[in-house]
Amino acid sequence: MILAVLDDSPAALDMLAFAQSLGQQVDVATFGGGDVDDLAKRGVRTLHRITHDELADCAPAASGDALAQLIEHLRPDGVLAVSSDAVTEAMAHAAAIAGLPLATNCVEVTTGEPWLLTRVRGGGMLLEEAELTATPALLTIAQGVSGDIGAGPVESCEVREFFPELTTTQARVVERASRGAGMTLATAPVIVSGGRGVGSADGYRVLEELAERLGGVVGCSRVATNNGWRPHSDQVGLTGTKVTPDLYLACGISGATQHWVGCMDSKVIMAVNTDPEAPLVRRATYAVIGDVHEVLPAVLAEINARSKT
Amino acid sequence: MEVLVCVKRVPAPGAKVPLTDDATDIDTRYLGHTIGPHEECGVEEAVRIVKAHGGSATVLAVGPPEADEQLRYAIAMGADRGVLVDVGAAELDPEATAAAIVHAVGDTSYDLVLFGTESADASHYQVGIRVARALGLPIVGGIKGIDIDDGAARLRREVADGVEVYRLPLPAAAAVKEGLNLPRYPSMPGRLKAKKARIDVVPYTPEPGGLRKVRLRQPNDDREEAIVLGHGADAAPRVVDVLEQIGVIT
Repeated sequence: MILAVLDDSPAALDMLAFAQSLGQQVDVATFGGGDVDDLAKRGVRTLHRITHDELADCAPAASGDALAQLIEHLRPDGVLAVSSDAVTEAMAHAAAIAGLPLATNCVEVTTGEPWLLTRVRGGGMLLEEAELTATPALLTIAQGVSGDIGAGPVESCEVREFFPELTTTQARVVERASRGAGMTLATAPVIVSGGRGVGSADGYRVLEELAERLGGVVGCSRVATNNGWRPHSDQVGLTGTKVTPDLYLACGISGATQHWVGCMDSKVIMAVNTDPEAPLVRRATYAVIGDVHEVLPAVLAEINARSKT
Repeated sequence: MEVLVCVKRVPAPGAKVPLTDDATDIDTRYLGHTIGPHEECGVEEAVRIVKAHGGSATVLAVGPPEADEQLRYAIAMGADRGVLVDVGAAELDPEATAAAIVHAVGDTSYDLVLFGTESADASHYQVGIRVARALGLPIVGGIKGIDIDDGAARLRREVADGVEVYRLPLPAAAAVKEGLNLPRYPSMPGRLKAKKARIDVVPYTPEPGGLRKVRLRQPNDDREEAIVLGHGADAAPRVVDVLEQIGVIT
């Protein structure tokens, strides 16, 4: 049996389909929650719902404790988890408690002895083929990986509540604040992003103006953050935010691999750069060769001119 | 406050990531190396905490002898001393890396142990957690804010819909992320101090864990070359044509 650890994100259902494509019976585990009707439609017969009053307010270590106990109780052949930060962290704790290896961010998996897998390194910079020798095999599955539906619908999905005993409850949430409804890099349909070629903090005004005109937000490269031109929350890339907008307009960004892996899944990438050989210029969908401060004002003027006619 | 920061020596690739002939590693003959960005913020934070609360900051790397370079960089930023766990050139799996760190820490007790949430190259996302559990320390990952107050660490991190703050009684550990702070560039006196600083070398023979790297490969990139829309301001009409075509002008 394979245990699929899901959260309430839409990506979790892709992960479930991927787990089912491996050809074994798949049970689901959640930290509370789980829509049994929907799971039954997806061929899941059993939902193991980890239930504990304090879980939501304890540090991820407690979720890891609970998950390790469920794994010990069920003894599955493999545990496949979504790769959200919270679930990955719980999996890492569970692996440490159980003394088992953990392969994170997998995109291809073949069960067996050993399990053969391909995992993503450096946010997509490289792929690693690896062997995982352990029972159960613990893996997290990269976002966006899915599979053919492995199981037809079943009549019903049985809920089995699992009540863990938590020992690591001293580290707790003491404060929560919600972000509010504003648009973020992760949700914006358009990102006007600037790098070294923007030249200064003031230089971002024209990017802000264009972003506002296109209903998007401003992003930046690591150079801009390190120079203090933009806050880190604007940074796109391996150590910033991974983005997937309809349009990524990269202004004066040469496109080191660390930046590329953060924007490569955008639908359309347009690069504006003085250097026709810059990596991002070559890899973009569209490119304009020129200085950001000449090109962007002209684009804004053209948009305004067309909107008047 | 005795603070330990664990850092990793990672290649600093440009636009391409070259592989060795046997495809088991990145070919670093023509690449520089750096401290992973998350861990560099960890070093900066340790230096700031020690400045505010007293004590000292120790920086530790598991890697080849060349990781000396990254330890000295951290000392130039303001860390007090370095520990190099010399495991040779081969990349370790995360269980082995964690065991090497636990071995080197030994009986030394630290009030706060900092890691990067994940390494910049291998991205295993678990070494800090394994070490913290082995040392009996509470840990939270993805941390972008640390306040030390009244025998506890208040750790802030961003989650999907906002911010969470955890309170961990000291001694504690945190796995941090870039954005925690803006790391300083080493000063000239700092660089001179780092040149002469003593680095303790701990030899260690790792036992492999259950995850074995077989080979690396480049992701498929079958993109076509970019369509060049024009040069300078003259390109504006074609740019706006494209913006209209993909429907982002409202």
